[in-house]
Amino acid sequence: MQISGAKILMECLLEQGVDTIFGYPGGAIIIVYDELYRYRGKIHHYLTSHEQGASHAADGYARSTGKVGVCFATSGPGATNLTTGIATAYLDSSPVVFITCNVAEPLIGKDSFQEVDMIGISMPITKSNFLVKSADRLADTVREAFAVARSGRPGPVLVDILTNATTETAKYEPLPLPAHVTHGSLAALIHRASHDFKEPEPNSADLDKLGEMIAESKRPMLICGGGVVLSRAQEEFTAFAEKLDAPTAYTVMGCGGIRGRHPLATGMIGMHGSRASNMACAACDLLIAVGCRFTDRVATDTKSFAKQAKVVQIDIDRSEIDKNVPTAHHIIGDAKSVLRRMMKRVKQHDNSEWKAQVFSYPTDSQYPLDGDVLTPKQVCDACSRLVPEDTIVATDVGQHQMWCVQNFKFDYPGQLLTSGGFGTMGFGLGAAIGAKVGNPDKTVIHMTGDGSFRMNCNELATVAYYKLPIVTIIFKNNTLGMVRQLQSLTLGKRFSQTTFTNRGPDFVKLAEAYGLEGSRVKTVKELEKVLQKALKCGHGYVIECVINIDEMVRPMVKSGSPIDQFLMN
Amino acid sequence: MEQVKIHTLAVLVENASGVLSQVTRLFSRKGYNIESLAVGTTDDPSTSRITIEVLTDDQRAQLLCNQLRKLLPVYSVKLLEEDNEIRRELVLIKVSAAGSEQRNQVIQIANIFRASIIDVSQTTLTIAVIGAERKTEAIQNLLAEFGILEMVRTGMVALERGQHTINEDTKEKNEFDYGKNVL
Repeated sequence: MQISGAKILMECLLEQGVDTIFGYPGGAIIIVYDELYRYRGKIHHYLTSHEQGASHAADGYARSTGKVGVCFATSGPGATNLTTGIATAYLDSSPVVFITCNVAEPLIGKDSFQEVDMIGISMPITKSNFLVKSADRLADTVREAFAVARSGRPGPVLVDILTNATTETAKYEPLPLPAHVTHGSLAALIHRASHDFKEPEPNSADLDKLGEMIAESKRPMLICGGGVVLSRAQEEFTAFAEKLDAPTAYTVMGCGGIRGRHPLATGMIGMHGSRASNMACAACDLLIAVGCRFTDRVATDTKSFAKQAKVVQIDIDRSEIDKNVPTAHHIIGDAKSVLRRMMKRVKQHDNSEWKAQVFSYPTDSQYPLDGDVLTPKQVCDACSRLVPEDTIVATDVGQHQMWCVQNFKFDYPGQLLTSGGFGTMGFGLGAAIGAKVGNPDKTVIHMTGDGSFRMNCNELATVAYYKLPIVTIIFKNNTLGMVRQLQSLTLGKRFSQTTFTNRGPDFVKLAEAYGLEGSRVKTVKELEKVLQKALKCGHGYVIECVINIDEMVRPMVKSGSPIDQFLMN
Repeated sequence: MEQVKIHTLAVLVENASGVLSQVTRLFSRKGYNIESLAVGTTDDPSTSRITIEVLTDDQRAQLLCNQLRKLLPVYSVKLLEEDNEIRRELVLIKVSAAGSEQRNQVIQIANIFRASIIDVSQTTLTIAVIGAERKTEAIQNLLAEFGILEMVRTGMVALERGQHTINEDTKEKNEFDYGKNVL
């Protein structure tokens, strides 16, 4: 059938099972939005306040549902407003397809109105990107884009469509999803891969070798990274950890890969990791990291990292091996598939003595409990006490992010939505919107700081319009706390440009301006009362928790210091 | 700090727009300076081969190869070994040679290097020489005294000696394809 490019795009989205899109219209993408109007019964579009909000919403939708997120934006500034969102998805391997439109072909390269080289801009922050110049290339390209985004190591993909390709017509043949891999450019891509059309498998000799290494180990340790979450391999990972009887630390991205309350869990590892995790890392003789790239926030000093251990990396992406920390062995494969195969190669271990050594250190961060003043720990504890157990928690970036990761116990993959790799302040509210849209039956809370919240609080308009009952909890300390903490500890308390005192806004009034409710709380009792009300109110709610400006994230290892040398407790 | 030397990378890529840019951007993004670059299609017109020379240590060269292998349009990458590679470059040099004596001297030098004279004018000679840098630099130095008006290099191209090729399926290639698989 001969149909317009815009209609082909809609049909291709339906082929992928897409029913939700986040985005923002504009001149170049107007024909696509016109077609979207006709498809409104099948595809629901959520209009945000800003393209960045849409990008984070699509990302949060993807992370919390395991499906591919979709985000629309127009050319020029619409497209460049996505870049922070694309990079956020890229650094955390989140599958999102970004679709932007660009000016018509005759106007390309002439510095036309709202023209930008989005392919060039997005190249280093996407897994792949495509420029579609004509309608007849649309179907094949969109099919490839979705396959690339969700498969292998997932990641964001950008499709930039010239306006003329949305208006002109081309032949469209419907193709069911399973047949995509045998057609067009996707077939060519698969054909030249060494595994061809067979699902790739982990190398069995590599699996055997790890089995031998485990048998020889007296003090094994596991790190649960973001790869376990992406692979939704909690069951396999937990069974593996139990069979090894090994202390298990998780990274920020690995939260929910193993239950936070699991008896083998030692808490977060790294710069703000628990003492148990970091001390175990320094003392273990075998460190098996699953889906973890040892960023500088985990391996604070790569030279001394796990210095007594043979390091083994299990990862789907071969280029992560030896990138940051040299390894003794690696296995390439999907976490679920590798761990499942490893089970047969490992006998049940009992590491009581080693565990006793590790768990003699605290797995939780130790915070002093002050009397009258509300503390971050109290806020976290009150929240995790009052929200349903399967509540999805979206965070922004900074001190509150670390407090949440330290104090919440996550039960399943995709429960924590946070920008771990790129550290994007302003990620949380958009992500919470995406998560609520994708998981209407679950409670979604948005934990933020006053610094992060100021960045994208315009999305409260989206929360209000779509009646999304998201509770935003602000740790209000009147400062960019994480930077202030560094200034306090290492820069002689010169608080350069990090104090917000008298810089507004009044978050309670702001919530009201958007048609939502807001409250300011100063004690645990007040917080509990307001939070219970907020969770039941059925619409968005902003709670400002007033905390001390000098609160710190503890413990802390300085960047560049060995992981077991704490700057403070 | 490991020893820094020239590493030759052979990169087999999809012959499509933007791929060269994607490959070269990786070098600047990761802080490497490209010493030499040559691109052309292969026996399969849908495939291009890029030869890149980069000054770095062994470990960083290996990491760079890994980052390249991760790119979807990159089929395979081979880090060629210094003593097991053939490297050649074509250099065109336009030399000032007004008088007949000068002209004869330039022709003699060209003959010694088995270079060819590919263009003549009343005042100039243009010489084409093929070789690795020791040969091309030597002739360049000798011609310098006649006055080099302009010159151009194609960039080094290289192949591995012996029966092995860049197309072989290896365990490592399989490993990279795993993360790139689209099934």
